[in-house]
Amino acid sequence: MFCDDCKHKPATVHLTQLVNGKKFDVHLCSECAAKKGFLLFDQDKKFSIPNFLGSFLGGGFNLQDMHSLTHDSRCQNCGMVFSDIKQTGKLGCSQCYKAFDTELEPTLRRIHGNSRHVGKIPLRGGQKAFLKKELDQLKSKLQQSVKEEKYEQAAEIRDQIKLLEKQINEEESK
Amino acid sequence: MSKNDLLNGHFVAWMDAEKGPESDIVISSRIRLARNLQDISFPYFMNAEKGNKTMQEIREAWRQSEDQLLSSLELLSFDNTSAWDRQILVEKHLISPEHGTAEEAYRGLLLSEDGSIAIMINEEDHLRIQVMLPGLQLEKCYDLAQKIDDALEKRLNFAFDEERGYLTSCPTNVGTGMRASVMLHLPGIAISGQRNRIFQNIHQLGMAVRGLYGEGTEIIGNYVQLSNQITLGQSENEIITNLGLITRQMVEQEKILRKSLQQEMRYQLEDRVGRAYGILTNARVINSNEALTLLSDVRLGMDLGIIKGINPYLINQLVVAIKPGHLQKRSGDEMEAFMRDVKRAEVIKEILLKSKQSEIQSEKEE
Ligand SMILES: [Zn+2]
Ligand SMILES: [Zn+2]
Repeated sequence: MFCDDCKHKPATVHLTQLVNGKKFDVHLCSECAAKKGFLLFDQDKKFSIPNFLGSFLGGGFNLQDMHSLTHDSRCQNCGMVFSDIKQTGKLGCSQCYKAFDTELEPTLRRIHGNSRHVGKIPLRGGQKAFLKKELDQLKSKLQQSVKEEKYEQAAEIRDQIKLLEKQINEEESK
Repeated sequence: MSKNDLLNGHFVAWMDAEKGPESDIVISSRIRLARNLQDISFPYFMNAEKGNKTMQEIREAWRQSEDQLLSSLELLSFDNTSAWDRQILVEKHLISPEHGTAEEAYRGLLLSEDGSIAIMINEEDHLRIQVMLPGLQLEKCYDLAQKIDDALEKRLNFAFDEERGYLTSCPTNVGTGMRASVMLHLPGIAISGQRNRIFQNIHQLGMAVRGLYGEGTEIIGNYVQLSNQITLGQSENEIITNLGLITRQMVEQEKILRKSLQQEMRYQLEDRVGRAYGILTNARVINSNEALTLLSDVRLGMDLGIIKGINPYLINQLVVAIKPGHLQKRSGDEMEAFMRDVKRAEVIKEILLKSKQSEIQSEKEE
């Protein structure tokens, strides 16, 4: 299902609108929903609803479906949630594979009887994929240390990140 | 040969039966590799802006490539390829039916002169590298596909994950991203009523059996497409070896059944082939299914030496030439179903009789 507003992103916010006592279903992607002031995610991914009443088509809303958003994991790159994937049978982008890693595992096993690749590895991309994986890990470590106010450790990790990013750049220009 | 020949004529590389081993039963072999660019939405969820950007990126990679094979391809962008021409490409097996009917201008195709290499751009995946050759030549197809893949990879960042392999829009393709397939002509298996039993076994071996134009198409004229189902957890070599082995077994079965038909049902077989040839060379109105079924009989008759003066290339060509797009291209105008049936009868007669005449000619000369 696509967003009612922009028509091309998957709809991830499902609302029921009441106008003159009649119910209408509204489906929006997270960006369009945010634009209309429906929901804003705070750091912990808990949504808050700032004064949304009357901000959209002058109607009132029933947020019965919204709580599912806090449980459904989401691809940060393309905005897909797993229920969209289940519905279409297609993933949104390459990062969806990481975002829904655990959800996909049983599906892959069912289709292929297997979930680990053993075939060709791209000459350039393969090495890069490996470095990027490391980079991601370092970045989350960095966030953690900053949060815990371990600044010395954070500085060390930052250096490691710089080094790795340089390596990745070199790989890219090969 | 050029793009124009591929769009206007009948010939594509896979039809050239003389160049393919086992080509009396294995019509063609194909390898298709699905590849995607990192982090960009897969085509199914893509807007026009991203679609154009992706097309642009792929176009640049192709234009700047120093690889001889890759740079020898010609680009067809769908914003200037008519719906008619796309239908022609579908009928020649150069693009999928889905790619042929889609409206997005940012779709396209990189095509080799003889149609053996066709790379679909922004179909279900950003790139689908396809190599199709006559007869049983899966290894050679893979070899070529691999070369193109390596050349593209030098300039594009493919989405790849150590654990999941090449990442694709549909989880059924993830891993190698490879679909290997063969198109088989199996009249012996069909006539002897063994089809269901044999196909069931194939399913159990992790292979899919489909009709002439792939997924969701029915089996007509005893043409069957066999392909691997599994793309994750098996290497490219394993997949190709497995499909090759199963194909060889099918070829053996088909040969045995053809032989026993010839021995035990000689008159019935010759009658069937002769009638098929008679109808094809005399009909005034003929629909596609009937034509394909009869062409299958004629092809069998030709393979078994019952009919002379027709070569397999001619039949391969006819199977495509009688499709609606090709018929309309030939007459230069859109046609209703009935008028296509009339035109189809004309085209079949023309091509079959022409080859018969040249045979009589060459016999006289001897
Ligand atoms: Zn939207
Ligand atoms: Zn995604």
